[in-house]
Amino acid sequence: MADLRIKIGSLELRNPVMLASGTCGYGAELEDLIDLTKLGAIVVKGTTLEPREGNPYPRMAETASGMLNAVGLQNKGIGYFEKHIYPKLAEYDTHVIVNVNGNTVEDYIELARRIDRLTAIPAIELNISCPNVKQGGMIFGTNPTSAREVIAAVRQAYSKTLIVKLSPNVTDITEFARISEEEGAEAVSLVNTLLGMAVDPKTMKPVLSTVTGGLSGPAIKPVALRMVWQAARAVKIPVIGMGGIMNGDDALEFIMAGATAVQIGTATFIEPRTALNAIISIDSLLAERNFDSVANIIGIINRI
Amino acid sequence: MSKRIEDLTVTENHRLAEGFFVVKVSSSAGLPEILPGQFVQVLVTESPSTFLRRPISVHDVDYLSNTISLLIQVAGAGTERLSRLRNGETINLIYPLGNAFTLPVLGDKVLLAGGGCGMAPLLFLGRKIKESGIEPQFALGFRNRSRILEHEQFRDLGTVHLATEDGSEGHRGFITDIPAFRESKWDRVYCCGPEPMMKAVAALCLERDIFCEVSLENLMACGMGICLCCIVPTTSGNLCSCTDGPVFNIRDLKWQTSE
Repeated sequence: MADLRIKIGSLELRNPVMLASGTCGYGAELEDLIDLTKLGAIVVKGTTLEPREGNPYPRMAETASGMLNAVGLQNKGIGYFEKHIYPKLAEYDTHVIVNVNGNTVEDYIELARRIDRLTAIPAIELNISCPNVKQGGMIFGTNPTSAREVIAAVRQAYSKTLIVKLSPNVTDITEFARISEEEGAEAVSLVNTLLGMAVDPKTMKPVLSTVTGGLSGPAIKPVALRMVWQAARAVKIPVIGMGGIMNGDDALEFIMAGATAVQIGTATFIEPRTALNAIISIDSLLAERNFDSVANIIGIINRI
Repeated sequence: MSKRIEDLTVTENHRLAEGFFVVKVSSSAGLPEILPGQFVQVLVTESPSTFLRRPISVHDVDYLSNTISLLIQVAGAGTERLSRLRNGETINLIYPLGNAFTLPVLGDKVLLAGGGCGMAPLLFLGRKIKESGIEPQFALGFRNRSRILEHEQFRDLGTVHLATEDGSEGHRGFITDIPAFRESKWDRVYCCGPEPMMKAVAALCLERDIFCEVSLENLMACGMGICLCCIVPTTSGNLCSCTDGPVFNIRDLKWQTSE
């Protein structure tokens, strides 16, 4: 077996495959179906300071090779997380990363401080790219000045591994990757969903209650892959790639384009074993082509 | 209750009426315990425009042959593909999912009300209720005579009252117009059908203070409580119809009165 270990800042993962935030709940929902301890990490549901009810139904639309969602960060808030969810997560023999979201810079700081105290959480994913909330979210992640401000502030407040989750809804992804690196992030993860919409011709209304939502699934993979490649060439910190990965070959494409690790998102809804299958595929490819380590193929397209 | 992901084999595909099919699938591993009201998430293959699994409620369960029956209404490309399943084909399911109907207690007078594809969970529920020693009655509603779905198996379990909107068979009107529905003193009513039907049944039950559970059919992506897309506004906030439901007591629902 090849060496699948990778490092995100000071955090070492047993392999480069994680479950993406918003598509794996808090892990427990999938425990019957997959062995979470085989994963590199799980990035649990986006958490905010206050409980949030999210957006009204309908929140979902199936599209060609993908889906739109407009969940809007429904969650029970950090207080509930600390009290009721964290104790269970702390028992998992896998790395648990928390995705954090705020309306204001102060919200992000407060969340980062509180999660910093949770010893079993080795990293946060700073979500400045949620397209489904009116305040915060993507507003931070699509404006270079506010992105820099929130990343710098959270860096001050958080002592462990800081990953910044980037929005694809920008003209130049490398600008946001560089800002993240300059402000002390250990990694960037990309892409969050692409802003999209759907109309029902029968009702003559938008399908989603919010009109627009975030597109995910294989429909966005080529765009995501291109952005991961661009970001990986622009910064020295690891890039965590995601966007429409449905199988091992898709995961390998991202790694070969420069991703140090990958996240499996929407695919888990359809085939919960996708992440585990991807780990096996990566391992088999390394063995077949006589590579000792997954590190040998990260960004290999730039070298061949 | 634990869920599993498994390839099952199609043993029968029986056309009930135009656009309605009963597909039977068998588990070689042996079925887990499945409760009335629960559903399965079916992986649809060979249908390029179908991206997500399709949630289908359990119509019936036969533990002797380890077979689950699924009543499927063709609503789009995904269910159209499922309607063409052939014997011997395998289909991948994640199951059993969701909560269950609350079973009645001995002595209760029980009505199972439904229409169209909403009849699906009522057969298995009726079977369980019958096994518990109560004879259920059914109120089934259809648009007209030609849209009536075969319901012999319901008749084997208890009295069936029919309603058609045009009166071409059974009582004219909706199931709530059936005299037996309005005149009898029911202890429990279970309902699954189109939303206007469920709302009418719920209104009648609330008015008469009858215990009533409905099975909702919201748009779902994952079916496992992960994506938070299929939410239902309830007195305890937004809940997932896939894990907190699909069965809800009408008193917990905040049904929109508009539309």
